[in-house]
Amino acid sequence: MSDDFGSAPQTRPVTSAGRSLFDSYRPLPGVPDELCDAAGHMRPVWAPLIEHLSAMSNQEVAEAFGRGEQHLADAGVFFRKYGDTNAATRDWPYSPVPVVLAQSDWDTITEGLMQRADLLEQIAADLYGDNDLIAQGHLPAELIAANPEWLRPMVGAQPEDTPYLHFCAFELGRGPDGRWWVLQDLTDAPSGAGFALENRIATTHVFPELYADANVRRLAGFFDTFRTTLSGLKSDANSAAAILTPGPLTDTYYEQAYIARYLGLPLLEGGDLTVQDGRLNARTVKGPLPVEVLWRRMDSVWSDPLELRSDSQLGTPGLMSAIRHGHVTMVNALGAGVLETQALMAFLPAISRALTGADLKLPNVATWWCGGEKQLAHVQRHASRMMIGPAQATRMPHEGTAPHAIGGTLFHSEDSQVSTWLAANAPSLMAKELVTLSTTPVFENGALVPRPMTLRVFLARGPNGWDVMPGGFARVGAGQDASAVSMRRGGAVADVWVVADTPVATPTLLPAPSSTPFQRASTEALPSRAADNLFWLGRYIERTEGQLRLLRAYHGRRSEGASGVLLGTIAGQLSVHGVKIDTPLPQGLCQTLSGAVNAASQIRDRFSVDGWAALTDMEMTLKQMQKTARFGDDAALATGVLLRKAVGFAGLTQDNMYRTAGWHFLTMGRALERAAMTTSLLARWADPAAPDGALDLALEIGDSMIVHRQRYATIASRDSVIDLLALDPANPRAVRFQLDVLLDRVTGLTATAPQGYMTDFERGVRTLQTSFAVHRVETLDTKALNAALSEVLALSITLNSAFLQ
Amino acid sequence: MIYDIRLTIATDYAGFASAGRHLVCVMPRDLGGEQRLIAGLLNLHPAPAHRHDRVDFFGNAVVEFAINAPHQGVEVSVQARIEKTAPSAAPAPSLPLSALANAVARCRDMGPDSPVHFTAASPRVPLDASMTRFAAAHITSDMTTAQAIIAVGRALHGLMRFDPSATTVDTPASEAFAKRHGVCQDFSHIMIACLRGIGIPAGYVSGYLRTQPPQGMPRLEGADAMHAWVRAWCGPNAGWLAFDPTNDRVADQSHIIVAHGRDYADVSPIRGILRGSGGQKSRQSVDVIPLGET
Repeated sequence: MSDDFGSAPQTRPVTSAGRSLFDSYRPLPGVPDELCDAAGHMRPVWAPLIEHLSAMSNQEVAEAFGRGEQHLADAGVFFRKYGDTNAATRDWPYSPVPVVLAQSDWDTITEGLMQRADLLEQIAADLYGDNDLIAQGHLPAELIAANPEWLRPMVGAQPEDTPYLHFCAFELGRGPDGRWWVLQDLTDAPSGAGFALENRIATTHVFPELYADANVRRLAGFFDTFRTTLSGLKSDANSAAAILTPGPLTDTYYEQAYIARYLGLPLLEGGDLTVQDGRLNARTVKGPLPVEVLWRRMDSVWSDPLELRSDSQLGTPGLMSAIRHGHVTMVNALGAGVLETQALMAFLPAISRALTGADLKLPNVATWWCGGEKQLAHVQRHASRMMIGPAQATRMPHEGTAPHAIGGTLFHSEDSQVSTWLAANAPSLMAKELVTLSTTPVFENGALVPRPMTLRVFLARGPNGWDVMPGGFARVGAGQDASAVSMRRGGAVADVWVVADTPVATPTLLPAPSSTPFQRASTEALPSRAADNLFWLGRYIERTEGQLRLLRAYHGRRSEGASGVLLGTIAGQLSVHGVKIDTPLPQGLCQTLSGAVNAASQIRDRFSVDGWAALTDMEMTLKQMQKTARFGDDAALATGVLLRKAVGFAGLTQDNMYRTAGWHFLTMGRALERAAMTTSLLARWADPAAPDGALDLALEIGDSMIVHRQRYATIASRDSVIDLLALDPANPRAVRFQLDVLLDRVTGLTATAPQGYMTDFERGVRTLQTSFAVHRVETLDTKALNAALSEVLALSITLNSAFLQ
Repeated sequence: MIYDIRLTIATDYAGFASAGRHLVCVMPRDLGGEQRLIAGLLNLHPAPAHRHDRVDFFGNAVVEFAINAPHQGVEVSVQARIEKTAPSAAPAPSLPLSALANAVARCRDMGPDSPVHFTAASPRVPLDASMTRFAAAHITSDMTTAQAIIAVGRALHGLMRFDPSATTVDTPASEAFAKRHGVCQDFSHIMIACLRGIGIPAGYVSGYLRTQPPQGMPRLEGADAMHAWVRAWCGPNAGWLAFDPTNDRVADQSHIIVAHGRDYADVSPIRGILRGSGGQKSRQSVDVIPLGET
């Protein structure tokens, strides 16, 4: 004993909780636990992780978890709350201790879910085909006919040899007897696969050495096979497979963008797609791009306003028509959500026996449809042990706002008695046995504590049947209550490790050596919406920089005691941008920067993680500084800091962005904005009526003081300033230079423009560029500058009609 | 009775639309034993880039078309000749109302005319407690289903005022019911909700009415545009009974059927999605001319 006292801290750091974190772990009484078996022993598969964690000091644990959090923060991981008008982002709750499962346990799950996915596929084909299940009495007709997820336009529409399901997910819990139960089938547009991938990457940052040696099954192979499957569903090599998203306001948009980047698939919104002649096309800056495969992350009912929900703003009119023509494969088929119907689980065991002659290998939660007389009587008798809710809902009762009862208590209902409510609404209700979940350890205040847990398991259809993603995603409840009801939205997510008995193969994404010569992959066509957002990102970023320069000059002059006239001149130029100097760092500046962040947030799939981090960092810094900055020197210093961040972001895009069409649009946005700002500045400040000092100000805003001094060695004159800031082709701050950039970009783009003609945009750029090339300082007077300004601004409109419609 | 039908539905836009896609459902149906489509022609203006004629889930003829060039409006015109045939025999007896629920529950048919599609709330017909109460107050437990349908339709006709200026196609049924006025679409939606509320499967019928009534008969309301009425299920033998609540009568030889659906959303004459800006105006003209008995 005395040895332990003295030696432990030196040889082996321990946590404050004691020698092993397991010693102080207390599972909930009567609740099965993932870490600790019924006899109180640690399950062997957890030993390496617990030993590893126990050997770390509290500070080391904090550092390790911090690495995971940092990774997620850097990646900008967030859920977005739908309906939140300012689209606030919030952190993604992540629980760093993974759930560890033995391979043998996992094999049971895998086998059961493959059977279940096959069964659901057969049911979908029947419900949209011959309807034998209903004709033979295995399913009540009204359960399907009155179901909003059963889509009449899909009846008979699916091509015969195309499966309804290619990608599904299942929510699982472990019951008191240690067996796994299916809580929920997710077949319409399941989310979470991207989170699983992110979880895994975060976890490898938390436990780098342990992960490498722990025989944890890898996830990469699953995604690789799925990508190959999606691309194999195309009939034409020149067409695209894409991901269909409801857009940036969806709570899982980040996840969709992440997985689109990871798989290298375009992320398209309904409005990016058009249907022509029964074929689906994406609108791109190079014209229509055929799309033959859509991995759909949008719920079925929203995807075609013409034939499905007519109030949908998200869908593609005519999508059903393209499906009917057999020219697009939906992953999953529209209408697959009917399989998520809560009451369906009541019939699955019998349907399984009827269709396949086999029992379900993995049971689902015992479920009763209250439309049957006997079933209703049973539910009435046992209501206190059940959760009762809408039969046709696709989520569990407590996740919705419809009337429901849990353990004999009614919610959202005008009735006072469960029994009368049940009797009055029986055919539209179903009941599920209340289940309790197993618990898994999470790390809190230096110790491990048990929390209820559900698994989400993903299946993708591969060339040889279903592939199961080996782990990756668990939801962990926030409190001690282990009933399934406690798993509300929120809580945290954790990685799931499936640990093999033997070393695992580390899948590599490197292809096998090929006998054909290497071919460079062609770059994909840029969707018009993405191009538009990149263009505006460029404009807003440049505008932010311009406003910062004006503000820095304002505060600098103010602290030097400059004349009111001069300060008014600067304020006047800012008001051109709609920025009023209401505070040292005005609200208008924040709005400009928000414009940039917003544009970037719409195109997260084609925007580097570093770029996003730089942009949000700048926004956060501005918000912080806005609280404390004071007029004068203090604000001048603050704008200097922000200016360096803005310039840093610009450099990042300049040096690191691949020269795709996207980069061209970003660059054109910046060039156009800078040309407009400088022209506007010169029209006012190089005018003979401008106050004293305005020319020096122009040079300062135009970042050209030093070069002016070197070049002219005189005080600034109107001629020298116009020459340097308007006509000099070698000065990046000059209008001429930016027009050259535009001309350069537009030539690169029009080489691939759909029509052979010169667009109005190219004509405008060429005209303007030529006029600046032939102007002399004497001819470029205020009137000419004002005329040039309207022409520059008009380019934004012609660019839009040339590429972005 | 043979009818010649002429219909024009046009939408004029304030500005140009760069592209548009539409679904129209205006051609009279061919319904064996009840109504025969002798000839039908549907023309579109401007000429669409793509047109596809097909039959929807409920068996209605729909035309989907896309216009890809800039245009200032869309015009759909129909010319059709149909024959209404008088029922050859008296309808089979309707089930007692008390036996209907069981008959619906026993139904294992998912075909387009199965009552199972017409029992629950649908996009334009949410179930409404006040309508259910209204219906329940006008029936008695000893009625047959057919008697109940007619009693509810008649009571509704007595309650509501026909007023073409009071509502639009987007007015919810609950609002029209609360204000006691509306057009055929409102009358029909309310009656459907009433019937579903008391357990009678009920659906929406769109169609045409003869423009001029037979000698000595009053001109029917709703004859100058497309009309709508209700059909409700009376049991497996009796099948469907159609009732026109706007005109307080069982649908007859003057009612020419275009489409069956759960409500207006399933059968709207023209649905469209445009790319473009500005408002739009619709106009419609209908002529239904009887050519005489065959």
